Amino acid sequence: MSIPLDFSILLRDEYPKWIVKGLVTMLELTALAWLLAMVVGIVLATIRMSNSRWGQAVVAAYVEYHQNVPMLVQIFLWYFGIPALLPGPWQQWINAHSSEFLFAFVAVGLCMGAYMSEDLRGGIRSIPKSQLEASRALGLSYLQATRLVVLPQAIRIAMPTLVNHTVLLFKNTSLAMTVGVAELTYVTREIESQSFRTVEVYLFATMVYLGISLLIMAGGAAFEHRYRIKAR
Amino acid sequence: MADIFSILRDNWTLLLIGQYPHGPLGGLAITFLLSVFGLVLALPLSVAVALARVSPFAWLRWPATVLIYVVRGVPLIMFIFWVYFFVPLLIGRTVSGFTTMLVTLVIYEAAYLAEVVRAGIEGLPKGQTEAARAVGLSYMQTTFKVILPQALYNMVPAMISQFVSTIKETSLGYVISVNELTFAANQINSTLLTKPFEVFLILAVIYFLLCFSLTQFARSMERRITRKRAGTVHASGIRAPTVAALKVTP
Repeated sequence: MSIPLDFSILLRDEYPKWIVKGLVTMLELTALAWLLAMVVGIVLATIRMSNSRWGQAVVAAYVEYHQNVPMLVQIFLWYFGIPALLPGPWQQWINAHSSEFLFAFVAVGLCMGAYMSEDLRGGIRSIPKSQLEASRALGLSYLQATRLVVLPQAIRIAMPTLVNHTVLLFKNTSLAMTVGVAELTYVTREIESQSFRTVEVYLFATMVYLGISLLIMAGGAAFEHRYRIKAR
Repeated sequence: MADIFSILRDNWTLLLIGQYPHGPLGGLAITFLLSVFGLVLALPLSVAVALARVSPFAWLRWPATVLIYVVRGVPLIMFIFWVYFFVPLLIGRTVSGFTTMLVTLVIYEAAYLAEVVRAGIEGLPKGQTEAARAVGLSYMQTTFKVILPQALYNMVPAMISQFVSTIKETSLGYVISVNELTFAANQINSTLLTKPFEVFLILAVIYFLLCFSLTQFARSMERRITRKRAGTVHASGIRAPTVAALKVTP
């Protein structure tokens, strides 16, 4: 089985334009969802480490839901389900504007936020409670102590799992194709179904995904190395 | 609320077993079969990959490492498309969506499980290998009689959470029209048309109940194993990596 590979197919007709659009959409989705996930993760981890029983229970439920339901189902629930609950004029607005990107971003971000919060919590728990107490004794507020003393150390410890989950978030943006977001996987499918050059097109997309994932892993490793707490 | 119950009442067989016995098996049954077969078939493969990854021979280590990085770096959906395209080419006839999904899951899970198994092997104190070799066991005997039984036992909780990941990943079968649970819910949604929130909420709840109970089971197993280890060989420093530390798939 030797099919001559011809990658020039990727440069034919409209394809380069599509590919660029797919790449940009994929990166936008990754970046925005990552930001949302980090914000959600930090907020949830902070609540979970606080003394509020009620807050802890809510966060635990949030985390369990997002970790035990497939992300695809979460995307469907957002994209198909949530608009149906909104009042009529909103629905029309959503239908008129391309909302698939927005919902995919919200679904991926909120889901990965649950994972990030668990990573951060693991990091925070490894910081002895006496550090927080000492910071409070020095006159920092709870939020200041968390932000200035606990989090900088906790993030370093949580780094390996945070990087893993960033890669996971990046990979999972491909699920947005199921609701019609024209990111890389979607575009790849389109080009494949028109050109029938399956191997070339899939190989290209696979290499892009692999390359960016490896970059994220390498970036994480570099960050860990750069900011590691040196023993004195 | 009433809608949810009436949807469930009208469609519970479709969600549970698809069109069976009047048509093909589907729904939760297929989701479950895919996950069980996927994981069981992946297990021996993952042990082989893990052993290759910790082996002293570079020519074994390299392919295993490459496989693991490729799986970790490429979305499952791309793997599904590759298998969808390549398996028919290799065996010369078309295959069902179920088979495509199963092959994909086996490859994908084998790589993730291999990391779990490797963590289990590396979590054992080096003295175990050294002692086994010192009493005259060969490399093979050491691996299969001393190392693996302990490593795999310590890894049971992590394997259960990998099973949960597998269940969640079967939902992607929807993309190639495998009639598993997510596909069934989409069918119901397109017949009802007006109740998308209720239908997908039901779907989410079913997955949640299944996966959450398994996750809880894994946690209790983990506690039991930790206690057992702590009671017997505390000083030797055997540590099973926690479920949380190994949870890497969605």
